[in-house]
Amino acid sequence: MKRIYAREEFCLGCRLCEIQCLVRHSKSKKIIKAFRQERDQITPGVMVESAGHVTFAMQCRHCDSAPCLEACITGAMHRDPKTGAVLCDADRCVGCWMCVMTCPAGAVRRGKDQKAASKCDLCAGDKTPVCVLNCPNEAIVYEER
Amino acid sequence: MKNDSTKYLVIGNSVAAVAAVEAIRETDAAGSIVMVSREPKHVYSRPLISYWLAGKVDDGRMDWRPRSFYEDLKVKAVLGAEAVKLDTSKHVVELADGGRIGYEKLLIATGGTPIVPKISGRETAGVFTFTEWADAERVGSFIAERKVARAVVVGAGMIGVKAVEALAARGVRVTVVELAPRVLAAALDERAAKLAEAAMVNAGVEVRCGAEVEAVVAREGRAAGVRLKGGAEVPCELVIVAVGVVPSVALARSAGGAVEVDRGILVDDAMRTSAPDVYAAGDVAQGREALSGTKRAIPIWPGAFRQGRIAGLAMAGAKVANYDGALVMNSVSVFGLATISVGTAAVAPAGAEVLVSERAEPPSYRKVVIQDGRVVGAMLVGDIDRAGLFTGLIRSGTDVSAVKDLLLTEQFGVLSLPAEYRKHVVSGAGIEV
Ligand SMILES: Cc1cc2nc3c(=O)[nH]c(=O)nc-3n(C[C@H](O)[C@H](O)[C@H](O)COP(=O)(O)OP(=O)(O)OC[C@H]3O[C@@H](n4cnc5c(N)ncnc54)[C@H](O)[C@@H]3O)c2cc1C
Repeated sequence: MKRIYAREEFCLGCRLCEIQCLVRHSKSKKIIKAFRQERDQITPGVMVESAGHVTFAMQCRHCDSAPCLEACITGAMHRDPKTGAVLCDADRCVGCWMCVMTCPAGAVRRGKDQKAASKCDLCAGDKTPVCVLNCPNEAIVYEER
Repeated sequence: MKNDSTKYLVIGNSVAAVAAVEAIRETDAAGSIVMVSREPKHVYSRPLISYWLAGKVDDGRMDWRPRSFYEDLKVKAVLGAEAVKLDTSKHVVELADGGRIGYEKLLIATGGTPIVPKISGRETAGVFTFTEWADAERVGSFIAERKVARAVVVGAGMIGVKAVEALAARGVRVTVVELAPRVLAAALDERAAKLAEAAMVNAGVEVRCGAEVEAVVAREGRAAGVRLKGGAEVPCELVIVAVGVVPSVALARSAGGAVEVDRGILVDDAMRTSAPDVYAAGDVAQGREALSGTKRAIPIWPGAFRQGRIAGLAMAGAKVANYDGALVMNSVSVFGLATISVGTAAVAPAGAEVLVSERAEPPSYRKVVIQDGRVVGAMLVGDIDRAGLFTGLIRSGTDVSAVKDLLLTEQFGVLSLPAEYRKHVVSGAGIEV
């Protein structure tokens, strides 16, 4: 399946991907409003990591054989039959954090309200996820490998 | 149930059984499948019973698979029927109602049975165990009908703690009595357990560790309290006994020695038992443990899922990828305080190196245990985000000598992982099988 891959040699560490992810998953969908008012309620699905001078954008790998799917006690974590994306249904999630415990990429986090798990949803079937679309240096790509 | 015969017979209707059936159907679309379950319920999630009792999850959300599950997977479900006898030479399982089902391949996924210690008065009305939805239903009705104000939970392991939370959510004042010197003793060390205990105490729960319940005190045929060793009495109208589970091996034992049983049913890496065409998976099974390589019964959900899936693949004759054993792990939230423990974390093995990072407010405690350059245990309380990075390192046995100093830093992430292992994580292969 198509996945988001980081090209760390191109990443500037600007964190625009995190902000765009936040906006895409906000209520207002407006960058200033989302950043000012909704930042405390939304956990971006992408996180920029850094080690020394190297930075890199990381999000859920939507694993072929996903440990979070096996570990989920509610059935909230599920695979979209059409896109293959691993998604979390926040309504079903009870916040047991079995997924947080088992994700080898550390890409499932607690939502800001600590009620449900939060992760990349590949922008819910959009042709190109916003983090990829808005990266100023093509440091994140969306492709089949 | 009259006599019947099927290609695949699955005893159990929970996570291991369902994972097996789904795996069978990936390979064999048509072979007949019969599932037999003692409980009359549709597939539901056992760990949710405390959330259900607390009123946080409704009946519909208890279903772990859609109502159309049996139909979708062409399964004949025989619910509310107990399998009581196994004849491995004739390939037949007998049910409590006398019905007999012949099989080509059998999976025993009967899970665990709660342990009830020999406390005097344990038969008194108001004393319950807490492992099935029906238990939660009984406890819920009892609280409502008897207007229960006080309860004692015996055992502060995972199930005990979850029961305490549910009772508190129902407005019941709870005392939890634990024999060990600390709560969640199997998963947490002293410092972590202190934090968990504080979270309980803050929520109004009385915690009595290093104490043993000797008797249930009855008045007018109902529980009125428990007596501890030493004589102290704790008044209560409800008692939940949650001191652990043992594998439900009665069916396996009924085969007269053909199915080898230790604590659980002994299985190899393809979940085969010692009897031909008989498989076992989940809490009832005793298979390879990832770190020690020895066979252990580990009653946890992800382990049951994986074993069930492997059993299903093997039963249907599909290729079973290399099984790396079950890893001991648990994630238990205690009144909002998240705790995670993976591998050998509570008690570090001799010669291991232990890294710790702590913060007082909000409480956080993180610990990593390293042996021969590899992470063998991790414990996180409070700040649990990205805990899975450690689980992955433990499972893969990656040498972390070069990045040891980063493990408990703020920046630790995928970027810090050793190159080869990092490539694997990023590829999205996940776990094989
Ligand atoms: C309150 C609670 C909370 C939990 N929380 C967690 C958690 O957060 N994380 C975690 O990893 N684990 C948790 N667990 C443990 C987890 O639920 C088990 O590991 C898991 O359910 C095991 O699945 P299983 O399929 O092996 O067996 P079970 O779920 O025990 O199911 C056994 C099945 O077999 C049937 N059965 C049994 N005997 C017979 C018979 N003789 N004939 C016919 N049918 C039979 C039963 O009806 C049932 O359908 C929790 C358990 C409880 C009770």
